[in-house]
Amino acid sequence: MFDDVRDLYQDVILKHGRRPEHMRRLASFDATAKGDNPMCGDRVQVWVKYGADDTIAETGFEARGCAISIAAGDLMTEAVQGLNRGEVGRLFADFGDMVRTGTCPDCMGLERLKPLSGVHEYPSRVKCATLPWHALIAALDDKQEASSE
Amino acid sequence: MNDMSRHFDVDTIRRQFPILDQKVHGKDLVFLDSAASAQKPRAVIDAMVHAMETQYANVHRGLHWMSERTTDAYEAARDAVQGLLNAADRSEIVFTGNSTAAINLLAHSYGRAILRPGQAVLISAMEHHANIVPWQMLRDATGIELRVADITDAGELDFADFEARLADGRVGLVAITHMSNVLGTYTPVERIVRTAHAHGARVMLDGSQAVVHRTVDVQALDCDFYVFTGHKLYGPTGIGVLYGKRELLDAMPPFMGGGDMIASVSFERSTWAPVPHKFEAGTPAIIEGIGLKAAVDWVRGIGFDAIAAHEATLTEHALARLANVEGVSVVGRAQDRGGVVSFTLDQAHAHDVATLLDRQGIAVRAGQHCAEPLMRRLGLDSTARASFGIYTTTQEIDFLADTLVRVSEFFK
Ligand SMILES: Cc1ncc(COP(=O)(O)O)c(C=O)c1O
Repeated sequence: MFDDVRDLYQDVILKHGRRPEHMRRLASFDATAKGDNPMCGDRVQVWVKYGADDTIAETGFEARGCAISIAAGDLMTEAVQGLNRGEVGRLFADFGDMVRTGTCPDCMGLERLKPLSGVHEYPSRVKCATLPWHALIAALDDKQEASSE
Repeated sequence: MNDMSRHFDVDTIRRQFPILDQKVHGKDLVFLDSAASAQKPRAVIDAMVHAMETQYANVHRGLHWMSERTTDAYEAARDAVQGLLNAADRSEIVFTGNSTAAINLLAHSYGRAILRPGQAVLISAMEHHANIVPWQMLRDATGIELRVADITDAGELDFADFEARLADGRVGLVAITHMSNVLGTYTPVERIVRTAHAHGARVMLDGSQAVVHRTVDVQALDCDFYVFTGHKLYGPTGIGVLYGKRELLDAMPPFMGGGDMIASVSFERSTWAPVPHKFEAGTPAIIEGIGLKAAVDWVRGIGFDAIAAHEATLTEHALARLANVEGVSVVGRAQDRGGVVSFTLDQAHAHDVATLLDRQGIAVRAGQHCAEPLMRRLGLDSTARASFGIYTTTQEIDFLADTLVRVSEFFK
C-alpha cells in the first residue's frame, strides 16, 4: 500500500527513526542548544563535546518528533563526528540543498545522509530534517536556542 | 427547507462539491480536514463568479446602477447572517476578514475602551491561538488581567474552575470557544452565559467551529458577542463576522479608520457612521460577502437538524472504528462533541501518519492545531486530526480506519 513513500521512508530512516543510536544526553558536554518548531510541535536538544582542535568528539541528542526528524538527528550525529564549526556549516548547507532539491552536486561527506534526500518531495517535511541541524549549529555558536528558519 | 432535510442524501450533497472529484496522488480525495477550512459547493462558486461576471462595482459609494445592485447583493449577506444567528437587528452583524480579525476588533475596541484597568478577560485552556493572542496583546498594552479556566482530563470545560475565576466579580469579558477545534468538545454555552452574566461579565463566543454544525441563536443564548469565519462554513475565505448586541456595539469606538466608516470628515474632526459601518473601514470583501450569503442560504437549505444528524452518525462511527485500531488513542472524550477527532498512534508520530494517509488521498491535519497551550495541557506534542463535514461519508471513515491499521504496521 505504501510503496510510493519508500523514497521518503527508506529502511535506514525507519531504522534510525525507530531506534536512534545517539539519542541521549551527554553526561559531560561543552555546548548544548534546543530547537523548536512550534508549527508542528517538534522539539530537539543537542549536546556536543569537543575533542582536539575544536573538532566534534561526540554528539548526543534528544528529540520529540516524527521519524524524519529523529532519523535526521541520529544520522547527523554520525556525520559531524570529527568536524569543526566551519566544516559542519558547509555540510549543513549541502545537506539543506539536498533535502530541498533531492540532489547534491558534490555530495562529499553526504553519503550517510543521502537516505534523507527523499524529503524533497515533501516540502512540508523539510524542516523536520533540518531542525536537529539548526540546534547543532546554535550549540556550536554558543547559543541556547536555534533561531527558526 | 424541510423537504431537503428529510431527504438528506450524502451523494446528492457530494455532487455539489466539484473538488471532491479530484484525485490526490492518483487516489480519490478523502477530505478529512474541514475543521481547518471547508470545501465550497457549486452554489457558492457560482454566486461569486456570477457577481463578477454580471454585477460588480464598489459598494455604498456609487450612485450608478452597478454600484446599487452590488450594494444590495452585499448587504443581503448581512440579512442572511442575521437570519443564521437569529440576531435581533441586521446592524448587529459586522463583517470582518475572518474570526481572527473579529476577535482583534473586539480586543482593540471593547478591550481598550470599555474594559477598565483592574478588570480581567477570562478564556479557557482549549482556545485557538486566535482567541488567546489578541487578549495577551491587550493585557500587555493595558494591564488588564488574562485568566484561563481549566479543562478536565476528558476535555470538557472545568465548570467549577470557570465559576471560581468569575467569583471576585472582576472579569469584564468571558471570551470562550463554542466548540474546540482540537477535541470537538462543545462548551455549555447557555450555562456559561448565565453564569458570566450573574457575575457581571459580558460573553464573547468563538463560534468558528460550532456555527458549521449546529443552530446558533444568539438571542436565545443571550451572548453579547459571537464570532465566526466564512471559510469553514462552506463559504469563501476573506470574510468573517462579529455579532454584537446593538447597545454594546454603539458604545464601542471604531477599530480602524478610513472610508466607509465615517459620517463626515474634516481635518479638525470626523464623525462615525452608525453600526455596523463604523467597524467596516475600507472597501469590504464584496465578492466574498456575496459568497458567504450563498453559503448560508445553502447550509440553511439543508438544515442544521439534518446536518447535525449526519455528523453525529459520522462521529459515532469514527469513534467506534478508531477504538478498534490498535495503538490509536482518541484525545478527549467529552459528552457533547462534534465531528472533530484528534488522535495519536503509538507506533508513529502525527506527521508520519499524515504523510502516509496523504499518499492514500486522505487529508488530515497534524500538529498542534493552533492550540499550543491546549496541547501542553494534554501533555501532547502533536496529534493527527480528522474532521468531518456535510460531505463526509462513513465509507471514508472506514477507509481512514483501515489505512491507519496499515500505517501502524508500516512503522512497527
Ligand atoms: C476555534 C477557532 N477559532 C478561531 C479560528 C480562526 O479562524 P480564522 O483563521 O478564519 O480567523 C479557528 C480556525 O482556524 C478555529 O478553529
